[in-house]
Amino acid sequence: MELRPILSTLRRHKVTSWLLIVEIALTCAIVCNAVFMIGHRLQHMRMASGIDEHALVQIQLAEIAPTPDIYARAREDLAVLRQVPGVQAVALTNQLPLGGSSSNASLKLDPTQREATLSAGTYFGEDLPQTMGARLVAGRHLQPDEFVNADVVVKALASGNTKAVPAVTVITQALADRLWPGQNPLGKTVYVTDQVSVRVVGVLAELARANAYNDATAHYSIILPLFMGAGKDQSYVIRTRPQDREAVLKAAVAALRKADPGRVVTKQRTYDEVRQTFFANDRAMAGILVGVIVALLVVTALGIVGLASFWVAQRRRTIGVRRALGATRRHILNYFQTENFVLATIGIALGMVLAYGINLFLMLHYELPRLPAVYFPVGAIALWLIGQLAVLGPALRAAAVPPVVATRSV
Amino acid sequence: MFGYYLDLALHSLKRNKALTALMVLAIALGIGASMTTLTVLHVLSGDPLPGRSDMLYYPQIDPRDDSGILPGKEPPFQLTEIDGFNLLRAQRADRQALMTGGAVPIQPDSAAMDPFYVEARYTTADFFAMFGAPFHYGRGWSAADDEAKAREVVIGSELNERLFGGVNSVGRTLRVADSQFRIVGVLGNWAPSPHFYDLNTGSYGYAEQVFMPLQTALDLHVAHNGSTDCWGNGTGGVGRIYPSSSCVWMQFWVQLDTPAKAADYQEFLVHYSEQQKALGRFVKAPNVRLRNVMQWLAYWQVIPDDVRLQTWLAFGFLLVCLVNTVGLMLAKFLRRSAELSVRRALGASRRALFAQLLIESGVVGMVGGAGGLLLALLGLWVVRHRPSDYAALAHLDPAMLLTTFLLALGASLLAGLLPAWRACQVAPALQLKSN
Repeated sequence: MELRPILSTLRRHKVTSWLLIVEIALTCAIVCNAVFMIGHRLQHMRMASGIDEHALVQIQLAEIAPTPDIYARAREDLAVLRQVPGVQAVALTNQLPLGGSSSNASLKLDPTQREATLSAGTYFGEDLPQTMGARLVAGRHLQPDEFVNADVVVKALASGNTKAVPAVTVITQALADRLWPGQNPLGKTVYVTDQVSVRVVGVLAELARANAYNDATAHYSIILPLFMGAGKDQSYVIRTRPQDREAVLKAAVAALRKADPGRVVTKQRTYDEVRQTFFANDRAMAGILVGVIVALLVVTALGIVGLASFWVAQRRRTIGVRRALGATRRHILNYFQTENFVLATIGIALGMVLAYGINLFLMLHYELPRLPAVYFPVGAIALWLIGQLAVLGPALRAAAVPPVVATRSV
Repeated sequence: MFGYYLDLALHSLKRNKALTALMVLAIALGIGASMTTLTVLHVLSGDPLPGRSDMLYYPQIDPRDDSGILPGKEPPFQLTEIDGFNLLRAQRADRQALMTGGAVPIQPDSAAMDPFYVEARYTTADFFAMFGAPFHYGRGWSAADDEAKAREVVIGSELNERLFGGVNSVGRTLRVADSQFRIVGVLGNWAPSPHFYDLNTGSYGYAEQVFMPLQTALDLHVAHNGSTDCWGNGTGGVGRIYPSSSCVWMQFWVQLDTPAKAADYQEFLVHYSEQQKALGRFVKAPNVRLRNVMQWLAYWQVIPDDVRLQTWLAFGFLLVCLVNTVGLMLAKFLRRSAELSVRRALGASRRALFAQLLIESGVVGMVGGAGGLLLALLGLWVVRHRPSDYAALAHLDPAMLLTTFLLALGASLLAGLLPAWRACQVAPALQLKSN
């Protein structure tokens, strides 16, 4: 295909051609970034929690009248729940992975450090990894005799006694790798306050924190041997067979109500719902981005159809003359296809630069990573395809112009 | 002349229905998308207390120990209980209120109604007057009630509706967290958005239904909600034990009627910090901030990132739609060079041609704008039915309606300007000859 006649024609429609190029460039740039952002969100939504998600349910209760002994209340609740048919294991926890509302601690390797090394999610609760199904990869679990009621620790710390705090912990592999890269974390010591240190006795493969908004720090979690007692911020997490979840949830709530009627159930849900709630905004955003991509491509395609139709109508005479001089239908078809390809290519080239610029802006303001190079061809191919599809109709109409048009005056 | 041009425009638009529809649709889609996101952004960045917010300030001081904190850093976002009460009792501002959030169980008298939990705010007497909370019935409590740990509550209109069917319930008793309270006031519909005075409990669509004197709440050990930050050996508490003295968990707001008073108050905070350091309670050099409501919201970056991102996306989309329309309009006008040449040759001035073409593009813009408005209403309806905490707020107000109108007009004129100008540049003789 000869490019020269196409370029010289386009030069006669400079402004219109440039407008189309700009439209393609903008669309290409936005589509590149939008596809990238969708990928980013989907990746975030696939974040591992490290637990046996489909086997778990959560129940949260709040007292109406003050409970005299929250620790005894919780022990009894746990015993009651273990009796519910279908319950395999049960634990009391202060938070759930991806649960949203979180408890965190600033960890230091050396108490004289001016700034904490990092912040980690702090789990309190007996049998937590066992119940939730978090895999132990080294060392051992926390033992029941190591657990202390939370009020004992709170009161001891308030009076300056740091010895009442049980000095053992189980941490995640991600946290171990960050604190002591390449070393065996078992037996190492980490400070949870300037005066309280704990020794690592076990390592879990994975356990996401409750506020896992940042992928890089999502698995920085530690478990401390504190028993929190019953309360509106604590949850019972129950393990059962996936197909029994609904039935067990119902039976467990009924059993808890019976054990102490002076309470309101504030949450009862499967863990699947926990995850769904946590990522609801990301899912919505991904949906919006898909919508924007579709809308952009449709508008651009319709724009190309409109403009190409105009040009075809305008050049009917020229086409007729070319046909009369021996050009085949295929020649005419190819002409318009190539014309679109040239415009799309210039637009795409500009769009790549623009996409890079938009990505820089987003990196600066929205903590988005750099746009990987693989996303550039995505936009390019999308626009080449859209362009060719859009121009096909008008081009076929152009090819159908009979040579006899050349002999007629307008 | 206008009528004639309008007639010409409509005639020309009708001649090419598909293309006209395409242009109108593109403008409508672009405007609909940008108006939807802009309205959400506008609602979320609104002033929660118009006319009052620039006199309300949020004092911050730094009671933390020296370890773990680098100099020049922001002080904590809240106050310790001790500092909160010290600043409250100093009475250095025109009005002041100390507060924290929570949730309380309500035990209705009627056996037909099960007990339930509602969001609560534990605060001090000036809260209502300072924030201009409107009373439907009754009034707030007094500073003396605060000190007497009075068993008095103010309830929200929603709770009043639920318990008493909306009638005047002032003077009636209410069982809250197993204690008898007397209702002294019922608020009208009041839910400042963003929930500026405590952003930890949620920023939007959040309205407490029980307001209780802070000292009464502390006395009864009712449950605390919100953020707690501790240092040293501080713990956030457990069960009925509140956060320890080295934890910040209270918010303190002051009303300062003039900038001079605000400057004085900042000075006072520095003095207070120095005094506490001399007493050995504070370790660091005075580190204070005093922001008014809008500065505080800006600092907190209360608008979700996703909402700002959606606005950028929508305007990117609008830009593509506009470029699209300009291109189509230009092609259309240029195709009519012959017709325009005839009019030029018959004596129409360039200005007249320009006006005629601009009217044609204006019609496209106005119809597109109207379509955009409908799409924006649809878009906001969709936003309202999404499970976000600001969903209920997404409504078009008169200001945004006007903005939509101006945006549509501006966009269509912008889209019409270049094509109309280009098309007017025809050389009539050349065009006529070539035909």
